Amino acid sequence: MKIAIASGKGGTGKTTVAVSLALELSKTEVVTLLDCDVEEPNAKLFLASAGLAEELSRPVNVLVPEVDAAKCTGCGVCAKRCAFNAIAALPTGALVFAELCHSCGGCALFCPTKAIRDVERTVGELRVSAVSHKGRSLSFVEGTLNVGEAMSTPVIRAVKARADADALSILDCPPGTACPMVSAVRGADAAVLVTEPTPFGLHDLTLAVATVRALGVPVGVVVNRADPADTRVRDYCAAEGLPLLLEIPDCRAVAEGYSKGTPLLDVLPELSAAFRQLGQDIKRLAQTAGNGLSKRNAQECGV
Amino acid sequence: MSVREIVILSGKGGTGKTSLTASFAVLASGAPEGGAVLADCDVDAADLHLLLQPSAQTSDVFRAGHEAKIGQDNCVHCGQCASVCRFGAVKTVGDPCDQVYEVDPLACEGCGVCVHACPVGAIQFPEAECGSWSVSQTRAGSMVHARLNPGGENSGKLVTLVRDHARRLAEEQSRDMVIVDGPPGIGCPVIASLGGATRVLVVTEPTVSGEHDLERVLQLAKHFRVPAAVCINKWDINPGQTERIETLSQKHGAELAGRVRYSPAFSSALRRGKTVVELAAEAEDYASEAAEIRLVWEMLISGL
Repeated sequence: MKIAIASGKGGTGKTTVAVSLALELSKTEVVTLLDCDVEEPNAKLFLASAGLAEELSRPVNVLVPEVDAAKCTGCGVCAKRCAFNAIAALPTGALVFAELCHSCGGCALFCPTKAIRDVERTVGELRVSAVSHKGRSLSFVEGTLNVGEAMSTPVIRAVKARADADALSILDCPPGTACPMVSAVRGADAAVLVTEPTPFGLHDLTLAVATVRALGVPVGVVVNRADPADTRVRDYCAAEGLPLLLEIPDCRAVAEGYSKGTPLLDVLPELSAAFRQLGQDIKRLAQTAGNGLSKRNAQECGV
Repeated sequence: MSVREIVILSGKGGTGKTSLTASFAVLASGAPEGGAVLADCDVDAADLHLLLQPSAQTSDVFRAGHEAKIGQDNCVHCGQCASVCRFGAVKTVGDPCDQVYEVDPLACEGCGVCVHACPVGAIQFPEAECGSWSVSQTRAGSMVHARLNPGGENSGKLVTLVRDHARRLAEEQSRDMVIVDGPPGIGCPVIASLGGATRVLVVTEPTVSGEHDLERVLQLAKHFRVPAAVCINKWDINPGQTERIETLSQKHGAELAGRVRYSPAFSSALRRGKTVVELAAEAEDYASEAAEIRLVWEMLISGL
């Protein structure tokens, strides 16, 4: 089962929720935590105190075209077919702009003289580690996009490919509602949207709910830095029929602990039971798929 | 007169980019030169309008790239489209005995490979509607902002459109400055927000993740040769970490633009739809925070 922890607004506490849930549930079941926020991966910073042993590290590569000058006739079909201006036809032959390439393979497929082949280009890194602490079964997968690279989705896909189909996978997703977030949440069995009770938090939550519903993934909400006086998110959830799964209190001790990389449950151990309950509630949500469109329905509607 | 462009980034989300940007916009609008044009380039979660409540507004559709659509009447069910698509966007739906091929628009990359590979020309490739963009009037100046459709592609192109329009507007209105509220991260829309800017302010916080993400944004700024300054928000949450980050920033060649304290003034201002610098004129509760923001702003525009 795959559970995506996402948000519209950044900095609402996705990583805090993902790490807390993973550490708590790994006491009793096999859990893989996958950091899909490859532009700014942070989960590792909160696992350092639990002890990480690296098991694997390898580059994430994408396929980009390479032109065989001897075979290229300069006909320009490749440039005409490329939707991303990643290959230009010059009188001297085709010229590749690898950083614009989306790896669709069109140029190689349509080249009449078979002058183009795919070669690998490194855009990021994938690391797998084991957390070996207090008898926990937690595996940690992290993707990192190289600085200067524009497209994060190939790295996100590489991270997600490490999800263990037989065990529980918790995905720490990128913020927003654009391709990186969609690519991380797509195919999850349930999504938790983490928000805060401010006008920014609510506004971005509504956008994220629309996105996750369009993906046909059942969704629940966690409110971080909860303010009992500000009910706007609670009211919205009630109106939309969204389960409000957990409220994490706003307190300076949590903020100070976070600043040092201390896991939330080390600062507020009394929240352990609440995270255990959160795990159960999300699993139930995934199984019943009670709100929004079920995956099957979404496919049938062509969403 | 050349237009100076100041971009506010953070790497990590939620460090206070938008709250500070709105305050800067208000401070700029009080200047004798007559303020800045604002560009909200966080196009998939734009929030600046919540603080600046725009009035008059003109909007337009944002179209970019294309989207494959299979014409069911002409499809011969050969499956060629599914076999050439590298994004898994072509799916078969329906009963096994009555299957049709369909393109999942959220998975479609817009490459057109299936369109040209289809032996019977059954796949259309219309321009995709990816969102909308608007020009609004606010009490702190004109603002260009946008809304990417949920799951929309081409966020980088939309950012470029917003920035270009803001720059044109500044020239028309004889304004010498554009303030850009950027997106989190370091990917496509961040690169589109940053390239060619006069200066970038990175707003960070004194946390392990703030430090980690700041370093990557500073590397990106260096890569694109944009001079950087760093402001530490909520600095007193962890003074030791604040000092570490300031040393790190200087090592990366960034200027220190100052510190802003951890304060409930920011969320209370946000709930009132005002900026901290405006509320400081009404209530004393906001005075120290407003003074710190003003120092950051003055540092940021000095020598530009």
